[in-house]
Amino acid sequence: MASLQELIAQGQRIAAHRGATRAVVDAATWILAARELQDGRLSLLGLWGELGAVHMALLDPAAHEIALLSLDAAAGRFPSVGQFHPPAIRLERTVRDLHGLDPANAPDTRPWLDHTKPYEFLPAEGEHLHQIPVGPVHAAVIEPGHFRFTAGGETVVRLEERLGYAHKGIEKLMTGAPLERAAQLAGRVSGDSTVAYAIAFARAAEAALGIEVPARAVWLRALMAELERIANHFGDIGAICNDASFAMMHAHCGVLRERVLRAADTTFGHRLMRDVVVPGGVARDIDTAGIAAIRELLADAQRKFPPLIKLYDDTASLQDRTVGAGILRTELAEQFAAGGYVGRASGRRFDARRDLAYAPYDALTFEVPVRAEGDVNARVWVRIGEVEQSLKLIVQILDRLPSGATYAPVAAAAGEGIAIIEGFRGDILVWLRLGTGGTVERCHLRDPSWFQWPLLEAAIEGNIVADFPLCNKSFNCSYSGHDL
Amino acid sequence: MRRHLLQGIIHAPLTEPAPEPDDAVMGELAAALDRAARRRLGRSLSIREVDAGSCNGCELEINALSNAFYDLERFGLRFVASPRHADVLLVTGPLTKNMRVALERTYNAMPDPKFVVALGDCAKNGGMFAGSDACLDGVSKVVPVDLHIPGCPPSPRDILAGLLALLEKIGA
Repeated sequence: MASLQELIAQGQRIAAHRGATRAVVDAATWILAARELQDGRLSLLGLWGELGAVHMALLDPAAHEIALLSLDAAAGRFPSVGQFHPPAIRLERTVRDLHGLDPANAPDTRPWLDHTKPYEFLPAEGEHLHQIPVGPVHAAVIEPGHFRFTAGGETVVRLEERLGYAHKGIEKLMTGAPLERAAQLAGRVSGDSTVAYAIAFARAAEAALGIEVPARAVWLRALMAELERIANHFGDIGAICNDASFAMMHAHCGVLRERVLRAADTTFGHRLMRDVVVPGGVARDIDTAGIAAIRELLADAQRKFPPLIKLYDDTASLQDRTVGAGILRTELAEQFAAGGYVGRASGRRFDARRDLAYAPYDALTFEVPVRAEGDVNARVWVRIGEVEQSLKLIVQILDRLPSGATYAPVAAAAGEGIAIIEGFRGDILVWLRLGTGGTVERCHLRDPSWFQWPLLEAAIEGNIVADFPLCNKSFNCSYSGHDL
Repeated sequence: MRRHLLQGIIHAPLTEPAPEPDDAVMGELAAALDRAARRRLGRSLSIREVDAGSCNGCELEINALSNAFYDLERFGLRFVASPRHADVLLVTGPLTKNMRVALERTYNAMPDPKFVVALGDCAKNGGMFAGSDACLDGVSKVVPVDLHIPGCPPSPRDILAGLLALLEKIGA
């Protein structure tokens, strides 16, 4: 047994790294850490490569501590973490695709984001089984991805995902980019989380450069983050019900979502609040018209949302579809360190806003809704609870918004930093190294979907094919955020 | 549920009416789109959407077209599940290399006459992602584009206005 502190102590600490400790370790310590992950004492927050090195981010869930371990891989190989800890498998396949580093003894040697090579799906054999290929172009207006179902009659025996269709090479584009352009790219990793990504990137940059951001900017960022959260939750609660053919919830929730986007447009000049959060602060201050728009939105949501919750709760035909569908077991949620409502609906109590207590959430009062059942219904209820909490948070933010500047100049300098923040979908990790002159040397952005997509494969098993859209929407993983 | 249904009957629809100055644009759009679509295609306009690697921002705004404020279907515009039923291919994203074949196949599956709309800044020339090894920098590299609707992402109102422009172009 080795604690996070002991693992760090076995390596060489990098003094320039800020936001969390980073230590360069040897292969033996790297494997020791993988064993700790296997035994469930640590959680994997990310694993990524660069030229000649691999890094992994670890969370000690009991102590709420984070650390990074780095391993030299100049020889082009590193010991696979995936051989001990399955959540690392797709990450390692990606490291090989993007950086040519080979995970030794990896259990799955197929490519992942690289689609230029032949690809074989895992075999699923048995009497009377048939396969259903779906995607990458889907029937509805959604992102591209391929789902290979093996079904026995109507029942899904196995689902295998193939992703990477939205791979844009974002991390490579960032390399060598000035900070401003890199921040804009970060805001385009996953459009539904543009605020969350912009905050994560800005915080990583500010950690790397040792910049203190004005308090008003920090609070305005949180205001935008909570608006983004409720907009997505409103939209998805409606869409989940729509996938159970209950269009009325979809219509009403769609109205609530539109009202949030319009208030955001009035207040911050963009419906999705894109490019408003920048390293050093925010690009736009809020005015009295903006505050009035958000207060009006709050009043409207507080009046209209409770009857919709009651409608969801009282409609037996809807509950018939959501209760017991797509169950994700707690052990799997814990093993994969599933973030957001996916983890919290299966009993994993982690919310970066509370557990990592970054500003201004350390000064705000809120609860983190958790359910144990792990079904579609539980994920809906967690989201309902989160909307209620976010509405309360927005009230607190407006009431206590500090005055003063909203931007602190950012020096073009070198540095290394990491930030983890809570987007609507879960915790987003950004790791950044800036070279002399302030250009990006390497930036890694880890979407919460990396640890949620594999769990959808498990949750759908034994459900009927027709319930897949419902289960999929209840997870609502990001394709673009995952594919980078 | 009965209460919600009852309120739906009693209260005025949210769908934005024509008279207000801002909404006048929407009202004109409604009338013009409907007339033009009927004249040129003899029926409503069916749209097949393909995400060719967007960040999903454009998809959010396309989906917003179906909410009660915009109510897309009143204009005779609707999204269809199969390219074989579509008149318009609406494409978002910088066109990733990994989506190239899927986009080509979707386009080839559509019957003539067919039109392609590139939606968003990425779809025009790659936008922020231009120059990436993993992208082809614009939808027009693979399918012939009839119209481009700019924006990052374009608002639902912009998208609607763009679709009208397409119909004008078809008639020209």
